[in-house]
Amino acid sequence: MSTSNHDFKKTPLYNKHVEARARMMAFSGWEMPVQYTGIIEEHLHARSKAGLFDICHMGEFFLKGPSVEENLDKLVTCGIKGMNRGKCRYGFLLKENGGIIDDLVVFKISREEYMLVVNAGTLEKDAKWIREHLSPGNEFSDKSSNIAKIDLQGPLSPKIVSSLFDRPELENLKRFSFTHVDWDGTKCPKGTKIMVSATGYTGEKGYEFFLAVQAAEEVWDALLGFDGVKPVGLGARDTLRLEMGYSLYGHDIDEGHTPLEANLGRFVDMKKAFIGKERLLRQQEEGFSRILTGFVCEGRRSAREHYSVTADNAKAGEVTSGVFSPCLKKGIGLCYIDRKLAIEGREITITDGRVEIRARIKKPPFIQKG
Amino acid sequence: MAPKELKYTKEHEWVRLEGGRATVGITFYAQVQLGDITFVELPKKERKVKQSESIAVVESVKAASDVYSPVSGKVIEVNDTLLDAPETINKSPFDEGWICRISASDPGEAESLMDAASYENYLKELGK
Repeated sequence: MSTSNHDFKKTPLYNKHVEARARMMAFSGWEMPVQYTGIIEEHLHARSKAGLFDICHMGEFFLKGPSVEENLDKLVTCGIKGMNRGKCRYGFLLKENGGIIDDLVVFKISREEYMLVVNAGTLEKDAKWIREHLSPGNEFSDKSSNIAKIDLQGPLSPKIVSSLFDRPELENLKRFSFTHVDWDGTKCPKGTKIMVSATGYTGEKGYEFFLAVQAAEEVWDALLGFDGVKPVGLGARDTLRLEMGYSLYGHDIDEGHTPLEANLGRFVDMKKAFIGKERLLRQQEEGFSRILTGFVCEGRRSAREHYSVTADNAKAGEVTSGVFSPCLKKGIGLCYIDRKLAIEGREITITDGRVEIRARIKKPPFIQKG
Repeated sequence: MAPKELKYTKEHEWVRLEGGRATVGITFYAQVQLGDITFVELPKKERKVKQSESIAVVESVKAASDVYSPVSGKVIEVNDTLLDAPETINKSPFDEGWICRISASDPGEAESLMDAASYENYLKELGK
């Protein structure tokens, strides 16, 4: 277990991880649990029962005001004006040149109030960008240090969440919807509410909870009190998301790529005006050379980030994420590859200069989810 | 945690010497550091190796690690069960998780390796 470093931030759940003897590591300036009992065991547990994740390091911004809807509609690629209250959407903040500043989820609380959930490593950058594009009269507040985020993911989640909050309808909360529940805990004032959304990063039925940091340990313990719930670290979070083909900012998507190149055009509403649109229009018209897609390795040996992708003895691209898939028992990953090679089943060779791994293109997800 | 009859390297390999036959693996500490082992690249039989040369690769979910030969010689046997069940190294690093056997060309080389007590001290130093 690595010794903790005082330069890194600790989430409100840090002591729980230490008590559970988690292996900790630095992630985006935070001291986070990589694994508790083992990445594979935790991964399979989340897919068969319910995994509990400390995601407090992510950021939560609140935008309030008479014209925030307009400001947001220009800032993010997903449609904002058409959203209903209690719904959330996944999209991107783009630079003027179409490069991705961050991926995020927008929650519509009301016409004049939105919450944005952003990545830990891009928090400062996103805050600055959004502030610069907010009209006078609208407020921006970064509530990240007051809000704890906990994810519960896995087939047992719906029954657990309904039971914990005594709200049977939560079992059927539609994906990308959210609501507020009362929390009658000992560490926060009466009338405290927790925001619950039917969202996640694993492909399983699951929920994300946004709550006051004072309530974090209590809620964590309450969820662990249910049969079938175990804590899951960032190691398994990565293998779970990659089995679904979900991108990770800083690896599969970054300022050097547009959403079209990342094959995520479905999260871009081309019918509206937004920052970065011109470049996307040009790409739609003129094309672009490389696109993000998935691959499955021939065997257990995994390809890793930065390995080269070759086809017919010529370099054709690069791996952006690669892990061992606990479900498939093979290496899987995402890569940017010459568009003409991004065909289902196409054979490729992946190499680090020393080893050669045979693989085939496979459009994600790599596993079937109900 | 370090069986007394084995010798150890600074890179956390162990070797069991029986006459001129050396069995090689990685230690309990090494498999804990690596996490769940997902793939092992075994050497080919008949391959000649020098002490400290990379003789195998052990991969975990997130990373790969070289295994360095504790002795010089020729590979005479490899543990094929690791091809389908690499997690055997996690479950039984000193026993069923052996990686390969080498016919040692210079059994005296093992003198330069750590005994169990020295290895345990070495681990304590690392932990500081």
